[in-house]
Amino acid sequence: MVKYIIERILLMLLTLLIITGICFVLVRMLPPAELAPGDIHTEVIEARREAQGYNKPYLVQFGIFLKNVLTRWDFGISDKLYIGQEVSAIFADKLPVTIIVNLYSILFSIPIGIGLGILAAVRKNSLTDHTISTLTMVGISVPSFVYAFLIQYFLSYKLGLLPFLMKSGTDYFSPEMFVSMLPAILSLSLGVIANFTRTTRAELSEVLTSDFMLLARAKGLTRTQAAIRHALKNSMVVVLPAILGNFVAILSGSLIIERIFAIPGVGNLYINSINGRDLPMFMMLTVFYTAVGLIASIVVDISYGFIDPRIRIGSRK
Amino acid sequence: MDDYGHIPKEKLRFAERSENRMQSETKRASRGYFADALIRFRKNKSSVAAAVIITLLIIYAVLAPMISPYTITDKDSVYINFPPYTEATSAIGFMDGGVSRESQNETQLAYLHAIGKETGMDPVIRIIDEDVSVTNFRGEETRSVTYKIKVNKYYEVGVVMRVMTPAEFRDILEYQNETGVQVIYPYVSREKVGANVSSSNIWYCVSDSKGTPIYDENGELIPAYSSDKSAEGMEYNSIRIAGDDGSYIYSQKKGGAVECRVCYYNYYRYLNGRTPMYILGTNSLGQDLFSAIGIGARFSLLFALAVSLINLTIGAIYGAIQGYYGGTVDLVLDRIADILSGMPFIVVATLFSLHLAQRVGTVVSFLFAFVLTGWISMAALTRKQFYRYKGREFVLAARTLGASDKRLMFAHIFPNSLGTLVTGCALVIPSVIISETTLTYLGIINLTEFVGTSLGTLMSQGQTSMTTSPHAMLFPALYFSLLLISFNLFGNGLRDAFNPQSRGVGD
Repeated sequence: MVKYIIERILLMLLTLLIITGICFVLVRMLPPAELAPGDIHTEVIEARREAQGYNKPYLVQFGIFLKNVLTRWDFGISDKLYIGQEVSAIFADKLPVTIIVNLYSILFSIPIGIGLGILAAVRKNSLTDHTISTLTMVGISVPSFVYAFLIQYFLSYKLGLLPFLMKSGTDYFSPEMFVSMLPAILSLSLGVIANFTRTTRAELSEVLTSDFMLLARAKGLTRTQAAIRHALKNSMVVVLPAILGNFVAILSGSLIIERIFAIPGVGNLYINSINGRDLPMFMMLTVFYTAVGLIASIVVDISYGFIDPRIRIGSRK
Repeated sequence: MDDYGHIPKEKLRFAERSENRMQSETKRASRGYFADALIRFRKNKSSVAAAVIITLLIIYAVLAPMISPYTITDKDSVYINFPPYTEATSAIGFMDGGVSRESQNETQLAYLHAIGKETGMDPVIRIIDEDVSVTNFRGEETRSVTYKIKVNKYYEVGVVMRVMTPAEFRDILEYQNETGVQVIYPYVSREKVGANVSSSNIWYCVSDSKGTPIYDENGELIPAYSSDKSAEGMEYNSIRIAGDDGSYIYSQKKGGAVECRVCYYNYYRYLNGRTPMYILGTNSLGQDLFSAIGIGARFSLLFALAVSLINLTIGAIYGAIQGYYGGTVDLVLDRIADILSGMPFIVVATLFSLHLAQRVGTVVSFLFAFVLTGWISMAALTRKQFYRYKGREFVLAARTLGASDKRLMFAHIFPNSLGTLVTGCALVIPSVIISETTLTYLGIINLTEFVGTSLGTLMSQGQTSMTTSPHAMLFPALYFSLLLISFNLFGNGLRDAFNPQSRGVGD
C-alpha cells in the first residue's frame, strides 16, 4: 500500500511539473503588462522581471521560476491588479473565504445528500423514490448560477429573508457573516446534494439486491436495519471517495458563484486576473488549480485503495 | 356430459399433423442490436419525453430567429429590459407589457392617466390594491392613498423629446397624413406649465416641481401647450390633436434641426412599420429575447454537437490503439492522456483564447480548447471496450483468417463499443453546453462578435437587472435548464437501452 501511494504521489508531482511547464511557457509567450512610466512601482517591477529572467530562453525562465517557488515560495509580483504586491500574499488573503463558503456547503450537503439517497434506495420504485430521483436529475442538470438567480430573486428580493451579496470584512465566523454567506452556500449545495444522492442511491440499491442482504433479512433483521448495518457500509466504497474528492475540490471554489455573490475568494481573483491580464497572478492560480485537481483525483484513488483492497491489487498490472 | 356418440362420421376430420405449422408461427425476423436498443429506449417514458422536448427546443432554436421580426442587431434604445408585449395579445390581458408598481401616490397615478389622456394609450392596466392611511397632524386629518398599479411599460414611456432633421420631420408628417397615427404632439411651454418639471410627459399645468396637477372647474387638466409661433421650428401641416384650434406649435428650433415631442410608441411604428412585438420581452441591450435565445441556443447546440463528434472520432481512434495494442503503447498513451486531463479546463480555455483567438478567431480557439481535453473520456471508454472484446473467440477467428490489425480493430471490435460511445456522446453534449455557457457568462470568452449573443451572455445580462426585470434572466435560464435536463434524461435513457446490464445505475 505504501509503495502504491508513493508511486501515485511521484507520478502526480511529475504530471504537475509538466503541466506547469507547458502553462508557464504559454503564459510567458504573452507580452507582459505594460508599466506606467514614472510610477514608483515600475522600477521595482522591472528589476523583479530582470531577476526572473524575462528576455532569457523560456527554459531558463522556468528554471528560475521553479527555484523561486521551491526555495522562497515566491510567485512573483502582481503587475496589474495589485500593483507591486506579492502574488502569493494576495492569494493567501483570498483563500480562507473560498474554503469557508465551500466547507459550509459541503458539510450541509453530505447529510442531506446521503440521507435522501438512502431513502430513495430503501423505498426503491415507490413514489418517494421517483420524486427524489426526478429532483436529483434536475439538481444535477441545472448549473449553480440558475439556482443563484432563483435564490436571489425569491429569497433575497421577494421575501427579503437573505442579503443579496456577501458582507465585506474579515470576521468570517460571525453570525452576520454566516447569514450573508447563506445564499452562496445554498446555490452551491443543491448540485452537490443531488450528486451525493445519486451516488448513494445507485450504490445502495445495487448492494441491497445482493445475496448477503437476503441472509441478513433471513436472520431476522428488518429491512431498515439490514440496510443501515450491512448495505450502507458496502455502498460507502464508492460514496466515501466521492466525498473526499469533493473536499479537496472545494479549494478551487466556484468562479460563477463567487462572482454573483461578490465573494472575495480565489475564483473571483482568477476572473479578475484574466480580465485584467495580470499574468503572474494568473500563473500562480493556474498552478493552484492544477494541483487541486490532481490532488483531488489522487485522494479518490488512494481512498479507494484503502477501502477496497481489490482495487489496490488491480493497480499492479 | 353430452353424448357425442351420435355425430356422423363424415363431419369429423383428423387434426392437422403437418409439423411446420407450429414452427412458422414462432419464427420471426432476427432483431439487431440497434433495433433492440430502440425498443428498450421506447419503453422508457421519461427518455422519450426528453427526446420530444429536445426536438421542440431545437425547433425553437431554428425557427424563432426566423419568425421574429427582429434580428440580433436590432437594438432599441428605449425599450430596454421591457416585459413581453404584443399588441394582439395585450387586449386579452396576456403579454401586455405589464409590471406592477408599488406605493404610487395620487400624483403619480394622475401622471399615468395624463399620459393616457394625451396619447390615447393609458398605461394603467388596473389598480391592484389601494392603501389608505390617515395621519393626524396638529388636529388636522389628512388622508393619503397609495396604490399598487399594474402598468403597461410600453405605454408608460409616453412622449419623449427627439431632435431630428427637417427631412425626418417632414417624413413623419407625411406618415401621419397617410396613416392618421399621431406621432408628434404639440410643444409644451415651460412658462405655462408653471413649475420646473423635467418629464416630457407633463403637458398640463402643475402647482409644484413634484408635478401635482391643477384642475379646472370641471376637474379636467389644463393644457400647457405652447402657441408661441416665433419659436416654432418647422411649419406643421398635418393632423392636430383634439382641442387644438390651430394655434399650437409642434416643434421648436434647435440649431439647424428641430426638437419635438414624439409619442414613442407611435414613433416606433413609424420607424419599424409595426407595433412592438416582443414575445419574451427585451434584454438590457434592447434586443428581442425571443430571437436572441434562439440564436444563442443555435450556437450552443451546433457547437456541442461539433465538439462531441470531433471528440468521438479522436477518442475512438486513440482508445482503439491503446486498447488493441496494450502494453507499452497503452502505458505511454495513458501518461499523455493523464497529463492532458490534469490541465484544468478553465485554464486551457483561457490560454487558448489569449493565444489563438486573434489568429484563428474566437470560435475556433474555443473549439480547440474543448477538443484538447474532451476526447480523453471517450478514449477511456473505447479502451475499456477493446480490452473486453479483444480476447473473444470471434476476434481470434478473424485473426486466423488473416484479417489485418486495422480490420480487426475497426470492423470487428469497434462496432461492439459503438453503443457505449453513442451514449457517451449524448452525455457529453450537456456538459459542453454547461462549460460554454459558464465561460460566456463570466465573459472569459466573448462570442458576441461572431454569433451576436449566447445563452451565457444573455443570462449574465439578465442577472444584473434581476430585480426590476426578472424575465430577462428567467426566459434564457428556463430554456437552458430544460435543455440540460432533457439532454441528461435522454442520455441516461440511451445508456440503459444500449447497456441493459447497467440499467438503473446512476440515474
